[in-house]
Amino acid sequence: MMNLLTLRETSSDQIHYLLDTALSFVEIINRPVKKVPNLRGRVMVTLFYENSTRTRTSFEVAAKIMSAEAINVAIAQSSVSKGESLKDTLRTIQALKADCIVIRHSSSGTAQFAADHLQIPVINAGDGRHEHPTQGLLDMLTIQKHKGDLRGLKVAVVGDVAHSRVARSNIWGLTKMGASVTLVGPSTLMPHDVSELPVTLSTSLKQGLEGADVVNVLRLQTERQERGLLPSLREYSKLYGINSRTLRYAKPDALVLHPGPMNRGVEITADVADGLNGIHSAIEEQVSHGIAVRMAALYMLMSVPSSSVAQQMGDRI
Amino acid sequence: MEREDNTTGLAVMEQDDIRRALTRIAHEIVERNHGIENLAIIGILTRGKPLADRIAKTLHSIEDRMPSCGALDIGLYRDDFTSNPVDRPAPHPTDIAFNINDKDIVLVDDVLYTGRTVRAAITALLDLGRPASIQLAVLLDRGHRELPIRPDYVGKNLPTSLDEHVKVSLMEVDGIDQAVILRPDGSR
Repeated sequence: MMNLLTLRETSSDQIHYLLDTALSFVEIINRPVKKVPNLRGRVMVTLFYENSTRTRTSFEVAAKIMSAEAINVAIAQSSVSKGESLKDTLRTIQALKADCIVIRHSSSGTAQFAADHLQIPVINAGDGRHEHPTQGLLDMLTIQKHKGDLRGLKVAVVGDVAHSRVARSNIWGLTKMGASVTLVGPSTLMPHDVSELPVTLSTSLKQGLEGADVVNVLRLQTERQERGLLPSLREYSKLYGINSRTLRYAKPDALVLHPGPMNRGVEITADVADGLNGIHSAIEEQVSHGIAVRMAALYMLMSVPSSSVAQQMGDRI
Repeated sequence: MEREDNTTGLAVMEQDDIRRALTRIAHEIVERNHGIENLAIIGILTRGKPLADRIAKTLHSIEDRMPSCGALDIGLYRDDFTSNPVDRPAPHPTDIAFNINDKDIVLVDDVLYTGRTVRAAITALLDLGRPASIQLAVLLDRGHRELPIRPDYVGKNLPTSLDEHVKVSLMEVDGIDQAVILRPDGSR
């Protein structure tokens, strides 16, 4: 494995390996002194063309726990503002001897583009509406920790699926591991290619949540949303919002996930998000698991120094 | 005692030999440490762990109390860490559910060879705290050290040549208790 671009193209064996590895790293992030030496001397560069709190920070924490250097390229202060092309920016970072690039971009396919033009490993931290593989993995790790095996579980993904790369990574990852996925939301928020996805669809929250072991609530991506898809936020919240009443449509021990950042009071109420009154919310745990999963991805892709990879490939760098 | 095994190479320790060696090591540990009050037994994963458990059990029967017991993964501390991790099994979690500060630790492994595994284990352990002392118990010492490391407790000294391979199998991991020497050319 050379890159982590999509879960669609990651084999179930590789997903197993990443999850097992991440699980073994959970112990490390809970230590008082969180430091292991295995990636000493390696450099990870994060290149985020979109805003992010948890993903970028979590990649940085993961790299630092494993003793790698974490360097962020601040797009606003970079040569991108002078008109440098994406390809040139990528090749510059590679020439600066980065061992791995973590990239986020608003256009689907950017991570693949980066991988096509670089010899060093590329991790997709979200490309447009396409995929966000490490989020899919951390959702799976969280579900696995609470429910044991993923096989046979029913996962309801609720909300703004059309604009959600998290949903796509969930769909491909979970179904590969033997879970079934139901997409729940208004038809205006379902992706165009939904018939090609291995999922069932429901426009009714009640039907969609029936028998669900896990309810993954998506953020309503208002900043990405063209006008006219929803009558109003209030109506959306009334029909598809997850609160302590609507959560009862799912199994009594259903686990609630949300990739964050949350619009409290829109797609999810505060009591559900915070796990009050016996509700099983794993939303904060997801964030911690994000570190373990990103450690696993970096471990898998950065253990071999990029210089030796380059030599194997004929020293093209 | 030594017998030839057609399928697995030359057997150098059988089930009873391993049991006797571990029992002796347990007695030596008690004697050296004047009891086991401050002791913790930590096995290096994978095969050091069942050996550590067996030693702890024997210590329990000798001293009528159970020492703290743990498992240490050293995968992230190896100095030959350039091969692709995908070619290896996923790492096991370290499982040490007690504070190692000021404890007398006995590290346990199956075979002592170059000493690099033990070096990694000591570094890994020191990242978790500051034990009062670290001692080393191994089932087999096959020589050829590349670092200044020596064991405190040895099940059996086994002179070997560099092209030989020593394999310890344990009931908990492999379904059989046995130590064998394998030669690359299949000769004995």
